[in-house]
Amino acid sequence: MAQNNRLSGGLINRDAALNFTFDGKTYQGFEGDTLASALLANGVRLMGRSFKYHRPRGPLTAGSEEPNALVELRSGGRQEPNTRATVAELYDGFSANSQNRWPSLERDFMAINDRFSNFLTAGFYYKTFMWPKAFWEKLYEPIIRKAAGLGSLTGEDDPDHYDKGFLHCDLLIIGAGPAGLAAALTAGRAGAQVIVADEDFRMGGRLIAETGALAEMAGEAWVTETLAELASMGNVRVMPRTTVFGAYDHGIYGAVERNADHLIAPATDKPRQTLWRIYSKRAVIATGAIERPIAFENNDRPGVMLAGAVRGYANRWAATPAQSVVVFANNDDAHQTARDLMARGVVVPAIVDTRPDAPDVAGTEVLKGAEIVDSSGRLGLTSVRVRTANGQTRDIACGAVAMSGGWNPNLGLTCHQRGRPVWHNDIHAFVPGEGLPVGQIVAGAAKGEFTTEAALKGGAAAAVAALSDLGITAAAAELPAATDAPVAITPFWHVKGAKRAWLDYQNDVTVKDVKLAHQENFTAVEHLKRYTTLGMATDQGKTSNVGALAVMAELTGKSIPETGTTIFRPPYTPVAMGAFGGRAVGKDFHPTRLTPSHKWAEEQGAVFVEVGNWLRAQWFPRKGETHWRQSVDREVLQTRNSVGVCDVTTLGKIDVQGADAAAFLNKIYANGFAKLAVGKTRYGLMLREDGVAYDDGTAARLAEDHFVVTTTTANAVLAYRNMEFVRQCLCPEMDVQLISTTEAWAQYAVAGPNSRKLLQKIVDPEFDISNEAFPFMGCGEITVCGGLRARLFRISFSGELAYEIAVPTRYGDAMMRALMEAGEEFDAVPYGTEALGVMRIEKGHAAGNELNGTTTALNLGLGRMVSTKKDCIGNVLSRREGMNTKDALALVGVKPVNAADPLPAGAHLMNATGPVDAAHDQGYVTSAAYSPILESSIGLAFVKGGFDRKGEKLRLVNPLEGQETLVEIVSAHFVDPEGEKLRA
Amino acid sequence: MHKLKAITPLGSDSPRIDTIGALTISEGVDSALASVAARAGQETAVRDLLAEKLSLSLPDVGRSADAAPLAAFWSAPEQWMITAPHDTHELLASELKAVLGDAASVVEQTDGWCRFDVIGDTLEDLFERLSNAPIRTMGASSVRRTTVEHVGVFLWRLSETHVAVFGPRSSAASLHHGLISVAKSIA
Amino acid sequence: MLIDHPLLGLRDAQEFTYLGDASLINRPDWQAENAAQAFHDYLYLRDNPAGEHRELWFHEQGDRSWLVVTRNTLTHEILKVELARDVAKAAGKAD
Repeated sequence: MAQNNRLSGGLINRDAALNFTFDGKTYQGFEGDTLASALLANGVRLMGRSFKYHRPRGPLTAGSEEPNALVELRSGGRQEPNTRATVAELYDGFSANSQNRWPSLERDFMAINDRFSNFLTAGFYYKTFMWPKAFWEKLYEPIIRKAAGLGSLTGEDDPDHYDKGFLHCDLLIIGAGPAGLAAALTAGRAGAQVIVADEDFRMGGRLIAETGALAEMAGEAWVTETLAELASMGNVRVMPRTTVFGAYDHGIYGAVERNADHLIAPATDKPRQTLWRIYSKRAVIATGAIERPIAFENNDRPGVMLAGAVRGYANRWAATPAQSVVVFANNDDAHQTARDLMARGVVVPAIVDTRPDAPDVAGTEVLKGAEIVDSSGRLGLTSVRVRTANGQTRDIACGAVAMSGGWNPNLGLTCHQRGRPVWHNDIHAFVPGEGLPVGQIVAGAAKGEFTTEAALKGGAAAAVAALSDLGITAAAAELPAATDAPVAITPFWHVKGAKRAWLDYQNDVTVKDVKLAHQENFTAVEHLKRYTTLGMATDQGKTSNVGALAVMAELTGKSIPETGTTIFRPPYTPVAMGAFGGRAVGKDFHPTRLTPSHKWAEEQGAVFVEVGNWLRAQWFPRKGETHWRQSVDREVLQTRNSVGVCDVTTLGKIDVQGADAAAFLNKIYANGFAKLAVGKTRYGLMLREDGVAYDDGTAARLAEDHFVVTTTTANAVLAYRNMEFVRQCLCPEMDVQLISTTEAWAQYAVAGPNSRKLLQKIVDPEFDISNEAFPFMGCGEITVCGGLRARLFRISFSGELAYEIAVPTRYGDAMMRALMEAGEEFDAVPYGTEALGVMRIEKGHAAGNELNGTTTALNLGLGRMVSTKKDCIGNVLSRREGMNTKDALALVGVKPVNAADPLPAGAHLMNATGPVDAAHDQGYVTSAAYSPILESSIGLAFVKGGFDRKGEKLRLVNPLEGQETLVEIVSAHFVDPEGEKLRA
Repeated sequence: MHKLKAITPLGSDSPRIDTIGALTISEGVDSALASVAARAGQETAVRDLLAEKLSLSLPDVGRSADAAPLAAFWSAPEQWMITAPHDTHELLASELKAVLGDAASVVEQTDGWCRFDVIGDTLEDLFERLSNAPIRTMGASSVRRTTVEHVGVFLWRLSETHVAVFGPRSSAASLHHGLISVAKSIA
Repeated sequence: MLIDHPLLGLRDAQEFTYLGDASLINRPDWQAENAAQAFHDYLYLRDNPAGEHRELWFHEQGDRSWLVVTRNTLTHEILKVELARDVAKAAGKAD
């Protein structure tokens, strides 16, 4: 297809023709085109349908502020909805589809909405779907969901990967137009660490969109020269295709770099996009300005565009939306559009200027004091109706309108913290006010200084000022002479009497909607916004907010600044979720911690379970076992009958040393440690300051001044943090040093009646581990397997005669193999976390289910452990009356009267007779398992006053599943209640 | 000599070495590591003892010091990590304790950590994608504790083209995966 | 946010874990006559100022120092950062 609307010149590479498709139709563009510029060059103005009324739409702008031309890019897993055609960089093989239409862009069924626009005004949702109430879920919501949104996703996985990173600089310059480039040149030459980022793929801002910005050279020439110099500086990082989307505390910025969006697919292993966290000492906001439309009747037809955008398409992309373009403006700047278009052979039938005193323009008629009052053209503009100063109307045939209501400084990033814009009467726009994010300096058009001369000088001055704050002396770069004239604008917001005159194109908000909001008293700016959805689309109202405020101001008789302004939030433009996810997707969502025996366990075919970040063996299925219970029962029985081995490396291990180590443990544990003998281990319970028990473990005294504390796997990080709190904040004068050694030692529990015999084959013979020499709760440093240093603790979680043996982690794999080899004669089994859990329930040991953030030492039956003779964290408040009542929950065992009945954890307990309700609740089951030794379901439970209720029968209720089971309260120690096995 | 065979943090018999683009990433298994924390009021004594007996002058905050075969880096207030070749100093912690006595708490840390040595001209490109450390301005002998891929690490800049990463041994595979995937993405 | 660690300089707040009001350093005497009341007040009664606030941050992904950070909760301006241990010592925590 011929590029009928392609003009001469421009910054496109005509030697590189690119084929692309839009809605399945093939077109040709050039390197340097965006989808929008290429389509316009091909005579395509219609690119989408509006959100609510499904009105035909074409591009309004030439940049990221675009509200209309939203398309779906690519297909399959790479499909990307709601992408602005105005910033989608063309490549060969590019494909895009229009969206929010069915069956086609030209014939859209839902365009019927436009006919019913009287019913679909602001507040329509709030008023319409209220009744009948029952209709909401079944009828209204599904319909609204189907109609809502624009583009669609395929549901397929995104095949690309996204990267992230961190950058540091003295000066971050956001925007590479005249102000940004002048700042970069100045700061770069001063030797500062500089990052200059621009969302565009080609830097230069308005310098590459205007013909006469510089007095003595083409803007593009200076841009090329400047970028070459910046690229040669080692201290300057030039980042095109990079959107700085958020300004955060203390000079931190979020940015997304589009590494491969301009390619058909990223190269192998290369990211599509990179999310950068930029730490800047100072930042220059040189984000330019955004032009604003004028609200006139039917001002949304494809072909109605902003004047600066039309000029940009002509100058940079050599494309025009039509061969005949009417200009409609309230300012001098838009007249340049007419001049630039005419210079390239486009007909400008008239300039419609609202100002009676507008200047003349050679080559066209300036209709002074005139307004466009309506437009025609179903799928694209064909003519406009103009009301001239003398009140007569006149139709002018044209394919496009280049309109301008003036320019708004692009304030987004200045508002991301506490910045409130202030009104500036010379330019009739908001400019950055007080409360800018720390370290920000605004320059150029973003500050309301709209001439090229002011932008260049302002950018250089901003860099000098910013660096001077940092103690870096910089001289403003010498800059080319540029055009400089005061802004000539007379405010004009909307044509009187216009109703369906669009303010917010993306969310379909018209002047009529604002009037309705006013009529219903939603006049405050935040109300206006929410009532009409003004500015709440993905463009955040970049082109619409000020215009709507002006309409509201007129209605209320207030000034615009009195009416207020809305501020902006991150992200400046939408950021793909994939970019935020970065590399942390799928199995890399979080780091995985592997135990020392992991490789061995994999070889055994173990089933693994995630415990925090750890992967632990859950059970070890054997040939012929078809159900996990078979494996777990076998592991439990074999351990209790002979010996089993379990990797317990994941328990936190904290090395505590110093002259005051024992005193320190007295402080962090409820029970006392001062008198613990060297070579002994003791169970310890840690309380929170409010008296609730939060962790337990053991502390082994290896020397007078040296302990090793263990914590539960889940609380390893928290316990260490709390211990450092006590050490640094509460007991700063104590001589005690802490360091984690969790990872340094591979630790295995060896449990069961044959555990000693097994270990005697492993532990070097010079170490006597007989019951007499190494009794229950003993600990010591030993050697194993012919001289390897190791630690041995005689502690038991299973209730069996048991040990934990630790070796340096690199030998953990070999140690596991050695233990299993030595255990062969005893039929030793490895056991996983399930069997570990069953055995601790059988023994009545509390774990995470019991230490659930509400339980006290008293609840656990450990009340007497809380020493009253010493201070410890939680000591005082654990003695509060309410936590020590006679009927306090007590940890007991429960057993079904019928052994085969399952006991679900979480089920509540009620008296054998009486009502089943919360008022009669007797407690709840915390942990439950099938005990293969007892051949019965068993559970641990908190029961009111439970220690004195042994033998009583209660009803276990599980109303969710209609279950009621009679259970008996028993001792929590189902196995070996006297602890004889432990001491054997 | 005991009969147990060590495996590497990545679970192999021999250390993994990958060359990707301009970078070589090698799993390091030959350093012994011990932490030395001064007992209350003993910092000067610790510094003096190590300087006198082992010619090691302990570095200041964020720095490392070299006294071959030993090296040390700062890890926390009044606490340092000391490294030495594993083959000759497997019992490094005991050796240091013998020198320092009650002046310091010494803890064996050798197998608490995995170590990856990243060598090559593009390591700054790599690390700025992996950690918030200002790697480009971290000169030789600087050390920073921070995170890489949500894993707590020490980054030790040994030279312009050499950074050693110490991470928790159990997370070696995740850490290595991060290093490799970013190395590929910048290659 | 960036926290100006007294030893390490500016560090990203992401490396820290937040605890709360720095008055947690002033733990009451467990043997005092009014210990129960004092501990109750210590644990549960906090100011929630819109403005300057002294708070505890733990440099978990760094040197494991507890810091007392004086921060304006409205602007996030950080006015002062001290090692909590120094603050505690100055307060005469003798344990």
